[in-house]
Amino acid sequence: MCLAIPGRVVELAAGQNQVGVVDVAGVRRKVQLGLLADDMPETGDWVLIHVGFAMSKISEAQATEQMHLLSMLGERELAMEEVRGYGQDEHATPTAATVTPAVNSAGISKRATEN
Amino acid sequence: MRYVDEFRDPELITKAAEEIRRLADPARHYRIMEVCGGHTHAIYRFGLKDILPENIDLIHGPGCPVCVLPMGRIDDGLSIAKESNRIFAAFGDMMRVPGAHGSPLEHKARGVDVRIVYSPADALQMARKNPDKEVIFFAIGFETTAPSTALTLMAAKAEDIRNFSVFCNHVTIIPAIRAILDSPDMRLDGFIGPGHVSTVIGCRPYEWIAKTEGKPVVTSGFEPLDLLQSIVMLLRQLESGQAKVENQYKRVVPWEGNRAALQAMAETMELRPYFEWRGLGFISQSALRIREKYSHWDAERRYPVPETRVTDPKSAQCGEVLKGVLKPHQCKLFGKECTPEHPIGALMVSAEGSCAAYYNYEHRKSLVTEIASVA
Amino acid sequence: MEGLFAPFLLSGAEGQLADAARVEVNGTPIAFTTDSFVVRPLQFPGGSIGELAINGTVNDLAVSGARPAALAVTFVLEEGLSSSVLEAEVRAMRKALARAGVPIVAGDTKVVERGKADGMYITTAGIGTPIPGVQIDARNVRPGDKVLLSGPVGDHGITILLAREELDLEADLTSDTRPVLPLVEALAAEAAPGLVWMRDPTRGGVATALNELARDCGLCAEISEEEIMIRDEVRGACELLGLDPLHIANEGQFLAVVSPEYAQIALNALQLAEGGKDARMIGEICEQPASTVVVHTRYRGSRIVDMLVGDPLPRIC
Repeated sequence: MCLAIPGRVVELAAGQNQVGVVDVAGVRRKVQLGLLADDMPETGDWVLIHVGFAMSKISEAQATEQMHLLSMLGERELAMEEVRGYGQDEHATPTAATVTPAVNSAGISKRATEN
Repeated sequence: MRYVDEFRDPELITKAAEEIRRLADPARHYRIMEVCGGHTHAIYRFGLKDILPENIDLIHGPGCPVCVLPMGRIDDGLSIAKESNRIFAAFGDMMRVPGAHGSPLEHKARGVDVRIVYSPADALQMARKNPDKEVIFFAIGFETTAPSTALTLMAAKAEDIRNFSVFCNHVTIIPAIRAILDSPDMRLDGFIGPGHVSTVIGCRPYEWIAKTEGKPVVTSGFEPLDLLQSIVMLLRQLESGQAKVENQYKRVVPWEGNRAALQAMAETMELRPYFEWRGLGFISQSALRIREKYSHWDAERRYPVPETRVTDPKSAQCGEVLKGVLKPHQCKLFGKECTPEHPIGALMVSAEGSCAAYYNYEHRKSLVTEIASVA
Repeated sequence: MEGLFAPFLLSGAEGQLADAARVEVNGTPIAFTTDSFVVRPLQFPGGSIGELAINGTVNDLAVSGARPAALAVTFVLEEGLSSSVLEAEVRAMRKALARAGVPIVAGDTKVVERGKADGMYITTAGIGTPIPGVQIDARNVRPGDKVLLSGPVGDHGITILLAREELDLEADLTSDTRPVLPLVEALAAEAAPGLVWMRDPTRGGVATALNELARDCGLCAEISEEEIMIRDEVRGACELLGLDPLHIANEGQFLAVVSPEYAQIALNALQLAEGGKDARMIGEICEQPASTVVVHTRYRGSRIVDMLVGDPLPRIC
C-alpha cells in the first residue's frame, strides 16, 4: 500500500533541523528525517523513503544476512537449518498478552497521554 | 540500485521459486493473503504469479488506501476546496479517483485549484509560499503515511502556519485484517504482512493473528526475492504446523516498530469511533482523526463538511473480492461496466487495487489461457 | 482523436491513424503532418519548446517513412512574453532546422491575452517525400517480425517532470530531443524491404506506441524488459514516483518492426549510425494475446502493459 524506496543520505542540511538530501540512483531529493529522531542517520547511511520522509534506516548487516540465506536456498539440507533459524531470535519469548487490534491502536493514543 | 537490484537477482529468484515448488504439497491448495496493495502491485509488475506453482493462490488484501476510501470522502474534500482562494493538495494516486461529482482532475478542469504533491511537507511548503491562499491537504494512507502527516501537522503548529489544514483519511490496517478474518466465508492459510506499515507499527500487532487465529504471518519486503522468501517462510511454517509472526524484511523493519513515528501519530491523531471502508462497510476504531489541540489544522473542524454518502451499486462485488471469496474477474461487473477508465467498484480505482492490477497485468493473459483450455 | 475527429474530419485519411498522412498531389505521393507543442517549462535541460516543435514534426514524417521537405510554423504568444525568451526559441528552432536539413517555408503569429498561453504554444506542420522502398503499414506486420528500439527510454518525460520543480527532485538528466531522421535513413538504406512499421514513442511512451501497433495489427507485441535501456536516473525517478518507464515520453527515439530476415541487418545499421549505438532488438510480434503488449520480466514472469490514459501521475501507494 505504500511505495517506499531506499536512498543514500548524501547531505545533512546545515542549520535546518531534521532535513537531509538523499540520492536514489542519481536522483536527489530533500527528505524529512524527523521520523528517525531516535537514531538520526549520518551522511552515507541508507534510509527507506516514503512521501519525502525517511521511515527507517536500512541495515546492511540484515541485508547481507538475507542474501546469504537466499543464496543457501538451493543447498537444501543447510538451507533447512538456516531458514528455520531465521526470524526466531527476536520473538523466542513471546509477550504474554495477546494484542488485539483495538487495544494496540488505543495503545498509541495512550502513550501520548502518558508522555 | 543498491538494496533493490540484489533483491531482483534472476538466478536467486529461480532458486527461490524451486524451493517453493519443493515445499508446496501438491495435494494441498494454499490461500495466502498479501495484505498490502503494494505487494499486489509488485506481484503483477514482476510477473511473480507465472513462477509460482498453481496450488498457491495469492489473495489480494485490503491494503490499498485509495480503494477502501469511501467515495463520499472525496466529494467532501473537494467541496471544501472548491471555494475560491483554496488549494486542494493531494497525492497523484487520488487525482483520477471519482467522487460522485467527479474526480480531483475533473474538478481541476472546472477551475478548482487542484495540485499534486509528493509529500505532505510539500503541501505545507505550498502554504508557506501562498500566504493568501488556504491549502487543504487531502491525507490518505495507512500507518506508513500517517506519521508523515503527523510531523507536518506538528511543523504547521510550531510555525503557526494558519493557512494550512489536513483533511484526514488515515486508516489503520489491523482492524481491516480482523474484519476479513471475521468473515464467515473466509478461508486463508497465512498472511504476507505489510512491510512498510510494519516499519512504523512493528511486528507485534500481528501476534493475535498467529495466536488466536492460528495463521502464520510473515512481514515482507516488496522486491521479488522478498516476496518469494516470505512465501518460503510461510510454507515452512505450514509444513511444520506452526503459526507465528516472522519478519522477512529485517533490513528495514524493526520488531518493535518506530517509536518516534508512533509518538508523532499519538501527538496529533486519535482513533475515530468508526469509519467506513469501501467494500467492507463500517469498521470500528479503524481510522484516525486529528486531535482537538490541532483543530485549527483539521479541515473537518475548520470548514463545513457535507458528509456525502455514496453507496456503491449492489452489483459490484468488491467486498467478496476484498475478502478473497471471489477473484477479480469473477465479479459480474469486471471488465464490462467496471474498468480502470470507468471504475465502478473500489478495487478498480487505484492501480494497486486488486481489480485494476488484475485488469492491467493479467486480464487479457487469462483470456488467452481460457481460450487455450477450451481448445 | 479517434472518437470525434477521425469520423468527422478525417474522411480523406485511409487506414489507421499514423504519424503522418499520405496524400497524392497530381500523382505525386506526399507525407503530411502537423503537431502542436505545449510544454512547461519552455526551456529544460537538453532542449526547449522551439527545438521540440521542429524535431517533433521532422520525426513524425521520418517514422512515416518520409524525408521532410518543408515545414510551416505558427506561434501563439502570450502577451508580455519577454523578447529574449522568444528570440532564444527562434534561435533554437533555426539550429534544429539546420540539424534536420529542412527549411521553414511559411509561418504565422498570434498574440493572446496574458495568462492564456503558458508563454507560448508552437504548431508546426510538415510535408515530406517518401523514402524510396519504405512502406509503413501496421496491417503488414506478421508474427515473427522483430521489434527494434533506437535507444534508452524516458529521458525526456522525466527531465520535464523534474524541470517543473513541483516534485523537488534533481538529477543530471537531459531531454533526448533530436531528429531521428538520420537513424531512419540508415535503417532504410540497409533494410527497407524488411521495414514494416515505425513510430516515435512520444506521449504515453513505448507502452502506448506498442499498444497502438498491437491494436492496429491485431497481434501481440512481446517485449523483453531486459533489452530496454533505461538510464539510472530515469529508473531512480520512476522507482521513487511509482511510474513505469515504458509510459514516459521520449522525443528522440523510435520503434521499428522489421521482418525476421532483415532484423539483424537493421539492428547493425542502426548501431553503426551516429546516435544509434544504444539501439536494441527488444522483442517480437506474436499471434496471441491479440491486440496486446506483453512484457517479459527478468524473472521468467510476464505482465501486460496498457496504454497510458492521460499523463503519468506520481503514486505514493
